[in-house]
Amino acid sequence: MEIFVQQLINGITLGSIYGLIAIGYTMVFGIIGMVNFAHGDVFMVSAFVALIASLILTTWLGISSVFLSLLIVLICAMLITSLISWTIERLAYRPLRGSFRLAPLISAIGMSIFLMNFVQVAQGPRNKPIPPFFQNVIVVMEKDGYEVTLAYKQIVIWAVTAILLAAFWYLVSKTSLGRAQRACEQDQNMASLVGVDVDRTISVTFIIGAALAAVAGTLYLMYYGVVSFADGFVPGIKAFTAAVLGGIGSLPGALLGGLLIGLIETMWSAYFSIDYKDVAAFSILVVTLIFLPQGLLGRPEVEKV
Amino acid sequence: MSSDAILRVEHLTMRFGGLVAVHDLSFTAKKGEITALIGPNGAGKTTVFNCITGFYKPSEGRVALRHGDSAQWDQLESLTASSLRSRMHGDGALFLLERMPDYLVTQKARVARTFQNIRLFRGMTVLENLLVAQHNSLMVASGFTLFGVLGLPNYARAEHAAVDKAAMWLEKINLTDRADDPAGDLPYGAQRRLEIARAMCTDPVLLCLDEPAAGLNPRESAELNDLLLSIKNEIKTSVLLIEHDMSVVMQISDHVIVLDYGTKISDGTRDQVRNDPKVIAAYLGVDEDEVAKAEAEVGL
Amino acid sequence: MAVTSTDSPTPGGRADLLRACRDAAIAGLVTLGMMLPLIGFRTVQNINNELVLETRPGLLLTMILIVVAGSLVISLVIRPWRQRKAAAHVAGESVQRAHVRATIAKYLTPFAIGFVLVYPILSIVFAGWQGSVKWVDNFGIQVLIYVMLGWGLNIVVGLAGLLDLGYVAFYAVGAYSYALLAKEFGLSFWILLPLAGCLSAFWGILLGFPVLRLRGDYLAIVTLAFGEIIRLVLINWVSFTNGYAGISGIPRPTFFGIPFNANDDGFAAVFGLEFTPMYRTLFLYYVIVGLALLTAFVTLRLRKLPVGRAWEALREDEIACRSLGVNTTNTKLTAFAMGAMFAGFAGSFFAARQGFISPESFTFMESAMIVAIVVLGGMGSMIGVAIAAVAMIGGTEIMRDMDFLKQIFGNSFDPTQYRMLLFGLAMVLIMIWKPRGLISTREPSTFLKERKTVAASFVKEGRG
Repeated sequence: MEIFVQQLINGITLGSIYGLIAIGYTMVFGIIGMVNFAHGDVFMVSAFVALIASLILTTWLGISSVFLSLLIVLICAMLITSLISWTIERLAYRPLRGSFRLAPLISAIGMSIFLMNFVQVAQGPRNKPIPPFFQNVIVVMEKDGYEVTLAYKQIVIWAVTAILLAAFWYLVSKTSLGRAQRACEQDQNMASLVGVDVDRTISVTFIIGAALAAVAGTLYLMYYGVVSFADGFVPGIKAFTAAVLGGIGSLPGALLGGLLIGLIETMWSAYFSIDYKDVAAFSILVVTLIFLPQGLLGRPEVEKV
Repeated sequence: MSSDAILRVEHLTMRFGGLVAVHDLSFTAKKGEITALIGPNGAGKTTVFNCITGFYKPSEGRVALRHGDSAQWDQLESLTASSLRSRMHGDGALFLLERMPDYLVTQKARVARTFQNIRLFRGMTVLENLLVAQHNSLMVASGFTLFGVLGLPNYARAEHAAVDKAAMWLEKINLTDRADDPAGDLPYGAQRRLEIARAMCTDPVLLCLDEPAAGLNPRESAELNDLLLSIKNEIKTSVLLIEHDMSVVMQISDHVIVLDYGTKISDGTRDQVRNDPKVIAAYLGVDEDEVAKAEAEVGL
Repeated sequence: MAVTSTDSPTPGGRADLLRACRDAAIAGLVTLGMMLPLIGFRTVQNINNELVLETRPGLLLTMILIVVAGSLVISLVIRPWRQRKAAAHVAGESVQRAHVRATIAKYLTPFAIGFVLVYPILSIVFAGWQGSVKWVDNFGIQVLIYVMLGWGLNIVVGLAGLLDLGYVAFYAVGAYSYALLAKEFGLSFWILLPLAGCLSAFWGILLGFPVLRLRGDYLAIVTLAFGEIIRLVLINWVSFTNGYAGISGIPRPTFFGIPFNANDDGFAAVFGLEFTPMYRTLFLYYVIVGLALLTAFVTLRLRKLPVGRAWEALREDEIACRSLGVNTTNTKLTAFAMGAMFAGFAGSFFAARQGFISPESFTFMESAMIVAIVVLGGMGSMIGVAIAAVAMIGGTEIMRDMDFLKQIFGNSFDPTQYRMLLFGLAMVLIMIWKPRGLISTREPSTFLKERKTVAASFVKEGRG
């Protein structure tokens, strides 16, 4: 029971991070039908941006307030990552829109390889540890010397995720931007005929996805305290799994999928085998796609004859 | 129910979620005839086709097809009671199409079809399109690829025969000169004809055509009539067609079935159907009474 | 000047210059924003193992200047040039060029095969016995393995139109089959080669069966997941595969029973030659040439058979295939199994050549590289795939060898670091340049009167 509660706490934390990344996958897939393979690496890049920003703040500027520095780091990471993602969309994906179906996917894989190796060359191949932001923990319950703890950083992750998702939710459901996005999802030609700027809407979609990935990247760095250039691939795949599990194209689905993947991973590690936790995640992906291709909250696809 | 039927559709119902596209539809198509299935847009014609050719699994109902003599129908009830898809009997066989996956409907029951929005292999040549249609016979001849890879002569002979058959059809549809061009490069009318020829290359007993005259000009439409009549009279293949173009339906159909909102509203010869007030009402979108009144006024 | 229209007739006009400057300034600013953290700073660990920052303003400035200059060149030189070219474009010209290209393609194949056969001899002549090991082994054999893998995957992706992102799994099955069976049972290379191929094909069918009804990107993702699962199992099932440490001491192939060593019963001694390790390299080189040619031969044959035509028809329109009585599940499975079999051959060759294998060799990156080769080459085109393999693999292998760059960029410059960076960049650039790959036309499998090449715009890429 204690282990279960502990893993529940850990799982929700991990799941929040996956959910934030998954939204980027699901939005881009929804609007242009493309698996943005480089999204996991955009997430990794954002963690590096956060790393450098926090080092500047702490070692150079000597800002001691943890909350202030976290806020600045978050904003820096979101801005710069959005800019990078905008540029990627502009240079590597937009010229391929409407052409051969595989071309954007291959371009995205190429971009993923490029980003990973760019960071490796620019920042070196070693793991990058940072001193912890928050060290305090709250003991939730105790039994036979086993303490179930809730770390401050986990609370921060939950809070930041909740606030940003609320803001994001408002953006896509209540504003004209959200309406333009839904119009482009349905039919890009028709949307442009009724005056929606399709290129701009798609750019904004990439920017929002990247900004949320940057939040995930910053929280990931804060949670684990270490990042390396290769850290984009596996979280990226897991977040994609989350998007598929929740029903690709569905925004609540992405979050739900993220939480489920996070929980399954932590529970699997606790009760079965930590070695095979990634195998579990990939197996869920396979099983979902085979038996429930529309995901938990997605719309079923009808074959048109 | 007439015993000279090749296809019997009985109590066919197809639901998509809450939407009933076809409701309790029964009709027969007779062997050696051209049967037309007509009706306004959204009447459920293509859904019926998809149920017959195995692309959709009907929610309820039976779709039966015979090969050989009409005595095959005697075993329909016993076949339905069994869990089998088909039963061979003497020279013929009986098939329950609703139990078969789409490709077996063509391969075993020998029902071929075309599509409303033409589905050619656009990047393959006209000849290759006709060869893909002979896939199953060529597959056997190539020893399921094994003999073919080894380059044994019996496969070469089979392929030669397949090319001859394709050439025969190209002659029939006036496309011999374009045999080596990509199918996507053909003009629209030629693509329609090629799709029919491709379906015929599977050696069907029943050819199902989904709006073959859609988008054709009057001359092409007349050519299509000739082609369909020659398929009926020379090759003796029964035809079931969905059509909007009344000139095609009324000139070549032996039997016409009219659908509206997923149910049958009329069934008979073309003259019977033409004068059925229900049909006129469905097409003009007015009540039967008004039609009767209008007809009385013009003296029909 | 009252109004400056966007399509100004004078390309060198002031308005254009202004716009070019503005674009360049924006590009420079964007670069500054993007690169400030990642290039402007470098994280390094100090003596106390703490992470500290170093600044690199020079590098950042250089990068911005390059982008600004590049932007100016594109707007002022390349874009007007392309506009002029488009204006002067005559329709007949491209037909003529296509004809020239077809003629080149006709003579390219025999020339390429001839070159591949004499390549080791040429490299021995030019680089000597010692120097040529690198060229034959690292370069020749390496490229040919990828040519073969590309051709194998071409059946799945290029012909049948099924995007498989986990192809490396079958390569791994082949490699581990050879390694384990050769070590456990001491079976020879020539027995294990077909066996490994069959095992891989079997795995192809096993994995293919549940997933082949999926469409589009979903199939790609499931195959990716399968590839990763197989790799993770190879890592974690230590008792069977020895995990991360891999399997070493894999028996090397022999010349029909005669080992390549310096002993009295070795190849050199038996044939009365002076011993050199080059014999084994040469032998391996010709083995992979043979395997690649076998792949090409079988694929070309299959294309002319009903199964091959059904693959291509499947790529063009799956529903139409089903309406013609083609069992699409079986057709997809044969494509999957055939592709997997050739990967299995290549895998067992890889294990035999290396003498050591570990899960590190079978990462997603390998799958991505093979898919990239197929798509960059032009799906379905064997020549295109071969050219792409030579360019991409050969190009990155040559990067390992560019020590002269150190004289330009200084001694700390390590060109091998940039291999994958440039590989990724090349993938993006080639896609933008030619989204359908280098050779995108299609050769019909048969013809009635005249063989005509099918233009790229008609050929579909498949939905799977």
